Amino acid sequence: MIENVSIYELLTLTTILFFIGLYGFLTRKNLLTMLLSIELLLNASVINFVVINKYLYPDVLQGVYFSIFIIAVAAAETALAISIIINLYRLKTSVDVAETETMKY
Amino acid sequence: MNFSYTIFILIIPIATFLLLGFFYNRIKPAVSGWIGVTALSVVAGLSYYTAYQYFFNVGKIDGKFQTFFGFQANWMNFTENLRIDMGILLDPISIMMLVVVSTISLMAHIYSRGYMKGDRGYTKFFAFLSLFTFAMMGLVVATNLFQIYIFWELVGVSSYLLIGFYYEKPSAVAAAKKAFIVTRFADLGFLIGILLMGYYGGSFDFMELNNPEGPAIMNWASTSFMGLSVITWALILMFVGGAGKSAMLPFHIWLPDAMEGPTPVSALIHAATMVVAGVYLVARMFPMFHFVEDGFALHVVAWVGAISSLFAAFIALTQKDIKRVLAFSTMSQIGYMMLALGVSKYDGHEGLGYMASMWHLFTHAMFKALLFLGAGSVIHAVHSNYLKDMGGLRKYMPITNITFLIAALSISGFPLTAGFFSKDEILVAAFEHNKAIYFITLFVAGLTAFYMFRLYFGIFWGKKKEYEHTPHESPWSMTIPLLFLAFMSIATGYLPFSEWVTADHKALHGHIGLFSNLGVIHWDMAGIAITAGLLGIAIAWFFYKKPTDYPAKVSAAFGRLYKWAFNKFYFDEVYLFVTKQIIFKRISTPFAWFDKKVVDGTMDGIGNTTVSLSKVIKGTQSGRIQDYAFAFAGGVFVLVLIVIYMI
Repeated sequence: MIENVSIYELLTLTTILFFIGLYGFLTRKNLLTMLLSIELLLNASVINFVVINKYLYPDVLQGVYFSIFIIAVAAAETALAISIIINLYRLKTSVDVAETETMKY
Repeated sequence: MNFSYTIFILIIPIATFLLLGFFYNRIKPAVSGWIGVTALSVVAGLSYYTAYQYFFNVGKIDGKFQTFFGFQANWMNFTENLRIDMGILLDPISIMMLVVVSTISLMAHIYSRGYMKGDRGYTKFFAFLSLFTFAMMGLVVATNLFQIYIFWELVGVSSYLLIGFYYEKPSAVAAAKKAFIVTRFADLGFLIGILLMGYYGGSFDFMELNNPEGPAIMNWASTSFMGLSVITWALILMFVGGAGKSAMLPFHIWLPDAMEGPTPVSALIHAATMVVAGVYLVARMFPMFHFVEDGFALHVVAWVGAISSLFAAFIALTQKDIKRVLAFSTMSQIGYMMLALGVSKYDGHEGLGYMASMWHLFTHAMFKALLFLGAGSVIHAVHSNYLKDMGGLRKYMPITNITFLIAALSISGFPLTAGFFSKDEILVAAFEHNKAIYFITLFVAGLTAFYMFRLYFGIFWGKKKEYEHTPHESPWSMTIPLLFLAFMSIATGYLPFSEWVTADHKALHGHIGLFSNLGVIHWDMAGIAITAGLLGIAIAWFFYKKPTDYPAKVSAAFGRLYKWAFNKFYFDEVYLFVTKQIIFKRISTPFAWFDKKVVDGTMDGIGNTTVSLSKVIKGTQSGRIQDYAFAFAGGVFVLVLIVIYMI
């Protein structure tokens, strides 16, 4: 609970964050930037968890715990994604998303 | 008395087969021959011991031979009553067969050590012989129809393997396939018969089926199909299987071709043991054959046997390959056994035909194996199967000559040989129950004597021939079996068979057992048979002892009949016409067309449609990850709109 800040304002913030992330994921060509956009998407949802927990069910802690889980999983996923990107770079000397199209059909 | 050791009669041959089969590259030929002979000696010893115990010590209780089980295992239960077992059944006929199979198999093993010497497949040959011995032993001791069927197929397989032993010869391969397919085709009838019997008779077990007061025999009239009881149909179908194995009309065509196999195989499988499996089957099911529908199926057996024996004797007169003459002679003699069973009844003296059939089976095994082994010895010496390449061999091969003569006398029914006694019982049985069959039998007896002595004089007398390599007597390993079997070809006639092997397991008064205290000699019946036999021998003497032109004149006089018989009455051609022209061309070809065009076409059509459709739509899979993400996000957006505004 933050003084003078309503749940609507916070949810508006996370929604904006979410769509920024989605836009970045859909339009960027650089794989690293796309990874950053995914982090934005995740963070938007993490904030949602905390906010909804705090504002609607202040006497329980599930949302908070869940957000910690998500952060841990996101860290692992980021490490994996970066290792994939590094391998791709070694193979193609590029981190452009257009280079990953070889596995179609 | 505990007969549980009889299981070793089955275990030893299969163990020998596995040993020789798995290690056939590592075992030296000399060793493998001895392994086979030793194993078979043990089996033969066990069989003789069993026979001695059974017939002299423990078998008979209250004047009736009992049935013992050496081993019994419950294998598959279908319903409360219907089950398949595995076991060893010991009664007079199965023990008699154990003696026959082990004796002939032992002789064939010893003989093969000389005959097959130097052959590349020497060890393999002994392995197959052991497999066959195992299968045949399992067949004769079977306790139920399914066990007999399993071993029935196993002897078929080992027969196939041994006929095709010289697999580099196309004719041997063709003969092996022919034997297997023809008998398999007949076995289909056997299988249907077994299944009908299981369903309508309620059991596969011989003891239950053959009990004269049992439900299977008492209730035969409750079912009917096309004017006959279903049980009768089942018996006829089982006889079809038996006719296939025993080379009865019209399934005999494989037997002459089976002579492509090595000669010991012809002696063991295609003369003495496997080909009498059909006779054994009818004998095994004899109470059913006799009691169901007043023996209708038995009449079929009698007439098929009689006609086959006449038919085969005619063909045997004309053949030029000595092994083929012997093959048709085998078919003719098996016809004898079948007709003797066919005219037999069940109780007491009326069951004479049954006893005669089994006795003839026993003596025939001895002298026909001897004839084949003797022919093998001749072939070994002159390297040819054809009569034209032989003649005057009595000077070179004295032992083969004498033993062959004894066997030929025995099969011709010469007095005081084994064949005389058993054949005479058959003639008496036929005379008492069916005059028409009696005359056929008598006529065939004359023909048999004639063609056997045509063979004998043709090989050992006849024309003086200059041989490139002087023929020599075969080695001891080959002549010892000949001498032993020659002894048996006479001695088995003096066994008190009518006390031992009868339909109802009680002793009966035979006609001609010299040393049997039950025997009474009826010289009037015997005299006619002896006359027929001697007449045949005399004509052969007249025709073939020295080269004459009588045979050519007589065959010219018979003209077309001779040509028909020489070509085996064109049975092979008819079969070929039916299979190639009618079945393959008229029936199979349209079916193949339907299968290829319609069935395969449908399946191919489904596959091809899927492939071409996927070619059209595969462009949507761009491989660009952002396209997929856009589609996903767009889809979620649409769903959200639907959820918010529609619902």
